[in-house]
Order: sequence, then C-alpha cells, then structure tokens
Amino acid sequence: MSANVAAPVQPVETVSKRAKPANQAVRIGAEPSALTRRLILGIIGAIFLIPVIAMIEFTFRNGLAGDYTVNHWTGLFSEDSARTYRGLYQAIGNSLVLAAVTVGIVLVLLLPTMVLVHMQFPRLKRTLEFICIIPITVPAIVLVVGLAPIYSVVVQVLGGSTWTLAFAYGITVLPYAYRAIQSNLDAIPVKTLSEAASTLGAGWMTVLWTILLPNLRRGVLAASFISIAVVLGEFTIASLLNRRNLQTALLQVSQSDPWVAVIFALFALALAFVLLLIIGRLGSATPSRRKS
Amino acid sequence: MRPSWPRSGRRQSANAHPADAHATKIHPIEYTVSLATEPAPEQDGVELTARHHPRVALAKPSNRRRRLAYAGLTPFAAYVLIFLALPTILAVVTGFFSDDGSLTFENITGLFTPTILATFGSSFWLSGVTAVIGAVVGALICYAMLGTKVGGLLRTIIESAASVLAQFGGVMLAFAFIATIGVQGLVTVILRDTFGIDIFADGVWLYQVPGLILPYVYFQVPLMVITFLPALTALRPQWAEASATLGGTRFAYWRHIAAPVLAPAFLGSLLLLFANAFSSFATAAALISQGSQIVPLQIRAALVSETVLGRENMAGALALGMIVVMVVVMWAYSVLQSRTSRWQR
Amino acid sequence: MTAALTEIRPTATPTTGATVQLSAVVKAFAGHAALNSIDLEVAPGELVALLGPSGCGKTTALRSISGLESIDSGRILIDGADVADTPTNKRDIGMVFQAYSLFPHMTVLENVEFGLKMRKVAAARRRERALETLDMVGLTKHRERFAHQLSGGQQQRVALARALVTRPRVLLLDEPLSALDAKVRVQLREEIRRIQTELGITTVFVTHDQEEALAVADRVAVMRDGRIEQIGTPEELYATPTNAFVADFVGLSNRMPAELIDGQVHLHGCTLTLLGGPMPDGPVLALVRPEDIALATAGIAGTVISSSFLGSLRRTRVRLNDGAVVAVQHEVERRPLPGDVVTVQLKGAPVSALPSKQKK
Repeated sequence: MSANVAAPVQPVETVSKRAKPANQAVRIGAEPSALTRRLILGIIGAIFLIPVIAMIEFTFRNGLAGDYTVNHWTGLFSEDSARTYRGLYQAIGNSLVLAAVTVGIVLVLLLPTMVLVHMQFPRLKRTLEFICIIPITVPAIVLVVGLAPIYSVVVQVLGGSTWTLAFAYGITVLPYAYRAIQSNLDAIPVKTLSEAASTLGAGWMTVLWTILLPNLRRGVLAASFISIAVVLGEFTIASLLNRRNLQTALLQVSQSDPWVAVIFALFALALAFVLLLIIGRLGSATPSRRKS
Repeated sequence: MRPSWPRSGRRQSANAHPADAHATKIHPIEYTVSLATEPAPEQDGVELTARHHPRVALAKPSNRRRRLAYAGLTPFAAYVLIFLALPTILAVVTGFFSDDGSLTFENITGLFTPTILATFGSSFWLSGVTAVIGAVVGALICYAMLGTKVGGLLRTIIESAASVLAQFGGVMLAFAFIATIGVQGLVTVILRDTFGIDIFADGVWLYQVPGLILPYVYFQVPLMVITFLPALTALRPQWAEASATLGGTRFAYWRHIAAPVLAPAFLGSLLLLFANAFSSFATAAALISQGSQIVPLQIRAALVSETVLGRENMAGALALGMIVVMVVVMWAYSVLQSRTSRWQR
Repeated sequence: MTAALTEIRPTATPTTGATVQLSAVVKAFAGHAALNSIDLEVAPGELVALLGPSGCGKTTALRSISGLESIDSGRILIDGADVADTPTNKRDIGMVFQAYSLFPHMTVLENVEFGLKMRKVAAARRRERALETLDMVGLTKHRERFAHQLSGGQQQRVALARALVTRPRVLLLDEPLSALDAKVRVQLREEIRRIQTELGITTVFVTHDQEEALAVADRVAVMRDGRIEQIGTPEELYATPTNAFVADFVGLSNRMPAELIDGQVHLHGCTLTLLGGPMPDGPVLALVRPEDIALATAGIAGTVISSSFLGSLRRTRVRLNDGAVVAVQHEVERRPLPGDVVTVQLKGAPVSALPSKQKK
C-alpha cells in the first residue's frame, strides 16, 4: 500500500446517512433509555409528591365542612396568633436554640478533633470513624433509656431547660457530621498542604487557621446544615425525656388544631429542603471550579 | 549522618489511574519543628526524629508537643464518654437489675415471653417488608439515574430530595399520611367518592402496624437512593463496553456482570434499611398513641408507664435486645461494605 | 455474511483477518467534528496504528469500528459488508481498552472465558480454549487470581487474551499501553505485535506515542482534528513527511531556513537532495533530522544551549550564528557544556522541505 495523503475535504458520496442515532450506551445496556428514565422517575416522583400535596390540601380545609378556607394560614399572621400559639412558638424557639448549640458542639468538639486525628494521629482514624458510626447501631430509642439517669445529673448542674438536650443531639448527628467533614478532609491534600506551608515557614497554628480551615468550608457547612435538619426533626429523645421541642409541640398541637400543625410541618420540610439543596450545590460547585 | 527517607503513605502501584502513569514514591523530609509531619506508620515519630535527625536536642519539644496533642483529644473523648458510652452501658446494664437494685435475670427472661417475642416479630416483619420494598424501588430510581450528568440539575434535585425525605420522619410524616390515607385523607376520599373503593372497609388499619408500612417506605426509598447510588455509579462503562465487544447482550451484561458486582452493595443497603426501620420510633409513636406492637413502642411503654411501676428495667432489657439485633445487622453490613470497596479500586 | 459465531476455529492455523474499510466517515459531537471524513483501508492481517494528539479523533474512529460510537455519515465495512446495522455484540471484534476493563468479580480465567460463554461454548471446551489463549500471553499460573491482584501489565495481558479467545476477525486496541510504566510498555508492545502476527488478525491500534506506533505498526495513520494527515509505513512517515505537523509529530526535526533552486535544497553552503514531490523554487524550510547534523571541527559556528544524555546518545541544542536553534544528535563521549562554542556540519542526507510561508 503506498502512502496516502490527507483525505479529500468533502465526502464524495454519503451512501448512508442516519437519523440522529440512539445513544450507544443505551444499546449496550449501560444506561436506561430516555423513555425508561422518564417513566420510572416520573411515576415514582408523582407518588412521592402525593403526601405533600395532601398536606397542602389539608391546610386549606374548613374543618369537617366540605369547603375550603385560607383561615388557617391567615390565622398565623393575625395579632392573636402569638398568644394563641405561644406554646408552639416557644417550642420552635427551643428547637432553634437546640440546633444552634448542636452546631456549636460539632464545630467546637468534633471538627478540631477530626483535624487533629487526620494530621497527628492517623492510626486513630479508624477508631474515630467507628465511634462516629456507633449512634447508628445505638439508635435514639435505645440511647434514651440510658440518658435518663445522666440527665437527672445534668439538670442538677445546669438546670432543667431544654437547651441541654443539645448534648444528646450532638451524639445523634455524629454520623452525618462526621461523614460530611471527612469527605472534605479526604478531598484536600492535607498532608501536602501543611508540609508545603511548613517549608515556607508557617507554624502549626497558622497552618490550621489559614490553610486548612478555609478549605474545609464546604464540609463544615454541610455538616452544620445536616445537623440543623436532624435536630429540627428530632422527636424521640425530646419526647421520652419530657422536653418540649418543635416535634413534640407539633404532636400536641395536632390534637387541638391539626391544620396549624400541618402548616408548620410543611414549613419545616421546606426549610430542610432548602438547606439540603444548598449542601447539594456546594458539593457540585467545587469540582467545576477545579476543572478550570 | 545520613537522613533517612521514611516512606509515607501507600506506594502507587503500576495499575494506578492512567493520569498517574509515572507515579513516583513520595519521600518527605522528616523535620521536628512542624506539627504537620505525619510519623511513618511503622515508627513512632519521636524515636524517628531522635535517631535520624542530627538535631537530637529538639526531640524533647516534640515529645511535649505530642502530649499536648493528646490533650487536644480529651474534650471530645470526655464528651463521647459521658453522652454515648455511659448511656449505652447504662441502657444495657439496667436490664440486669430489678427495681430494688438487686441483680436479676428476670428482665432478660421476660424478653422471651410470647408478647415480647411477638413484638420483636412484628418489628422484624415491618422492617423486613419495608426494607425490601424500599430497596427495590430505590434501586429502580438509581438505575433510572444511570448516565445522568454528575452534578447536573436532575441529579442534584433527586439527591437533595432524597436527603430531605430520608430525614422526613416522625411526627411530620405521620401528619402527611393521615392527610393522605387517613379516614378523611385526600386519597381515601378520592377513592371513596370517585372510584367507590373504601380502603377502610375492614377497619382502620392506619393506626396499627400495617399502617406503618407506607410511611416507612416513604423514608426507606430515599435512604436507599442515598446509599446505593454511589455503588451504581461506580459501575465502569468499560465493563459494559467490554461485555458488548465480547458478544454479550444487554441482559447478559446485567446478569453476569452488573448484578454480581452490585450484589454486595445492594444487600448492604438492604441491611441498612432494615436497621433504619427497626430503630425508628417517632413515626410509630405519632401514629400509634397507645399500644406497643413494635419494640420501640414497647420501650416507650416501659419508660412512661403509669399503670405498672418499675418497668424501667424492662426498658433496659428491651434496649439490650435491640442492640444485639443492631450489632448483628451492622456487622453484616460492614462485611458487605468491605467486599464492595475491594472491587471499587 | 458473518460465519456463525459459535464456530470454533482451529487455533494453530492463523486466521486470515478481515478487511476493514472506513469510507468518508463523519461524526460530530455537539458542534465540533470529531471525525471529519475519514477514509481508511486495512488489509487482512495488517496492523495499522492511528497516531495523533488528544482530541484528534483516533479513539472515536476506533470506537466507530467497534460500534460503541455511532457515526453520522459514511460507511464502515468489515469484510466488505456494511456494519451500520450490526450492534457491537454481533460484529465479531475483539477490543482492548486502556484500563479498568477486567470484570472485577471474575477470576482471570473466567474473564478470558467470557467471550466463549457468550457464544454458548460448552464449559470444558471453553476452559481449554481459554487456557490456551492465556498461555499465549504467559499468564497461565495466574488464572485463579482477580484483577485487583495483578499489576497493570498483567491486567492488560489478560484483557488481550480475553479479546483474542474468540479469534475475532478484527482486533481493536484503544491506547492499551498508556497507563503502564515505560519498561512494561516496551515489553508488552512487542508481545502484542508477536501475537498479532502469529494469529494474522487485522488490527487497529490507537496511540499518542509516536515511538510506539512506529515500533509495532505495518502502517501508521497520523491524525489531526478529525482527519488523516498522512498514512504510510513508519519509514515513509519518518523520511518523507508531507507536512509540518507530521514532520513534528513523528520523530524530531529541525526546521532550518533554506533556498530551493532547481529542485535542490541549498542550506549553509551545502546542496541537499529534496525528498518527496517537486516543489516550486524559492525560500523553504528544510526539515533536518538531528542525526543528520554532526558536531565537527569546521562548519557553521554556534553556541551550546543545553545538552541531554539519553543513554546511547546525546542530543545537544545549539544556537547557530544566524539565530536558528538546532538539535544535534551525537555520540556520548563528547560532553558539550552550556556556553561552549562549537561548529556543526550537515552530513548531507536528503531532506524534506516545506514552503517557507506555510504555517503549522
């Protein structure tokens, strides 16, 4: 065969021209076809929306009469609402305080420990991971059995207010917070960065503060948001230790005014969705930044 | 004195990622001054510096720094001790004591009475059924997501929705289902008025164990999506392509390659779903205000009972029972996880 | 058209490979043309290498032959038959991927047997054939191992055995050696070539490493931006590149301004024969290989910029007095240092030339 030069510029003849071809990955079975994908996600998605729609529909019902009203919603913004729902608003306040303190525990206790272990005690990493997974094996319902005597002591020392529940919540959120921070820690080359900084003259405090923490923002934020979502939804420990938080209050209110209970449940759901959507965007923002 | 070049981290093997075709072993210089130095896995940092670094005099501050570092671990250790270790131990141990403080096995044997056994049975049944349904539906969703862009809009929405719904438990979920299929629920009413189907013709089942199935599935499916999706997306496209070039049909690919590879992850997620359902309390508590048909409710009854005094110790025994089940399930889960990660290199 | 896929071909006699033909193949991805009308013919038993930088379309071309990429227009023919409507799993091809293609949950032997299993060959026969092919790549004693227990080179050997076990009519290799260490690469490429020649399988080999392409192929097609710039034997490509891109991509060449008069290249006082077709007289860029320039006692004066030791030879970069920088290849005993004043001399070998106005 003799050497050929570059092919002619225009195709001489297009013998077969296909319509837009099907994705080959679909043909070999690695992916579902677009139709399958839409069917599955559409049907299941619709089914999952039904309870949410039912909740919304319920909030507009006018008691047992057949018609609809916006009274339940407008009632929230009226002047007496603060008085009528005082218990509920107080409980919401409690939950927000609990969320804040829990996030505090995560940032002040868990985060430094994780960074310390990652940098100084790599052999303890498995132990720490194990500890942070235990709350899954020892669920809240079991933990609360042993928390009762502990909290009787806590009440003597710190008083009986609700915020002390945060100590227990810090344990409940450990698995989620740990995973969020650890995946961030694993993604940044901690060792290389701190070594580079050291050769350039930085002490360990500087390394921690100016090099590592800014890079951990994503994981810390994710851990915080997930902790907030978990704390707002926590019922077991609060209920069995006789404290009032958002969820126990909602249950109580639902006996007398189910519509308001459902409205607030919808709010909590929306808030959690927004928080976790932000986490999701945070997660995808960084990789695209790296590409450039 | 020649400084040693301790090896840190694992060697990059020849079959590393194509981008690392020329991966080299990393040999950091050991120096005592920086806290950032990680001691080589086989040797203690202090000895290494003393032996291999000419400036032996600096070994002492390194020692002190190590002690300081250990001190840094104590707050967290104390916290975990008081609020995790201690309650767990207390929960387990109270089962072995009777209300007057004496050691007894009564509570433990009480676990094997027909009522309690039936409770455990109901819990297993409920957890098993919802785990299987959740696993199958969740796997279907993950399959539908194959091939979508990572970080793209569809994925982000589904992943966020999954995270939210997985947390959407307890009281709010109970409300949602009462509003949907309660006696006056939206779907109940529509089915009754439009289709003439009365789902509660044989009695209202929403407020009993079978009524827990639908709400549980509602948070089981998202949990499955969260835990199984990484495994499904770890399926390398080269496997499907290789299978095709070797003459395999789509069905052959799934049967001989994708399914066996995914099996450990699927079973692991199934176990996780089981554990999740087994340990759920809030939804059941909100829907079933009185009664103890499943183990968590049984614990509630033992803790808050006003009628029968001194049943807190029974709660301890039940807690012990629950922990045993959870430990077995989570141990099996971790075994399956290590199988999956072996292939995901 | 195709022989029944369950037919078991005798192993000792080499298969007469199929012909592969690409005819005016076009493929576009979201607005940019990955394949811009490719014409290629591969003779039975021939090994053609597709060589080019990333993004030139070589992998797309290979995957189109396998059916893993569909094409927008043009034809792909295997043994004279259009395979447009034949799905990948019926094309009777073997393919080796760059990495990660071994099935992780199967042993080496099971991996190699897979193609035969898909063709419903009985278990005993399957095992026998698989062991035979595994033996060809020298990995019989690893047959019960798993992919993650093997080195990169071993994994690719298994991938090769797996692709060959069904004695396909075409073998496609998608940068099979790129992920491996340098030494393993050289070893393995020679093995691939040996096996391919023994079996007589028509092969298309994609690589971005020109040394690899020149070493194993019967013919090399240099590609850029979706087109084949030049196709020919390695010697042809090396000695008579048709344009600057090919000249730069295949081997090293110095570009030195020269004058073409009466079909001869006049450069620094030397008269050199012109390679390739006739060109109009005028200023040209002569493409001179480093081995065609020598460090001499008399000649063109220049200053050494740098010198690299390459084991069996040295390559020294010299800035000539007229400003041009050339690479000179010479024996290792001479060790020029940066800043040394040296004289270089053209050895007088024929050179290719490009019109001096031509941009790359």
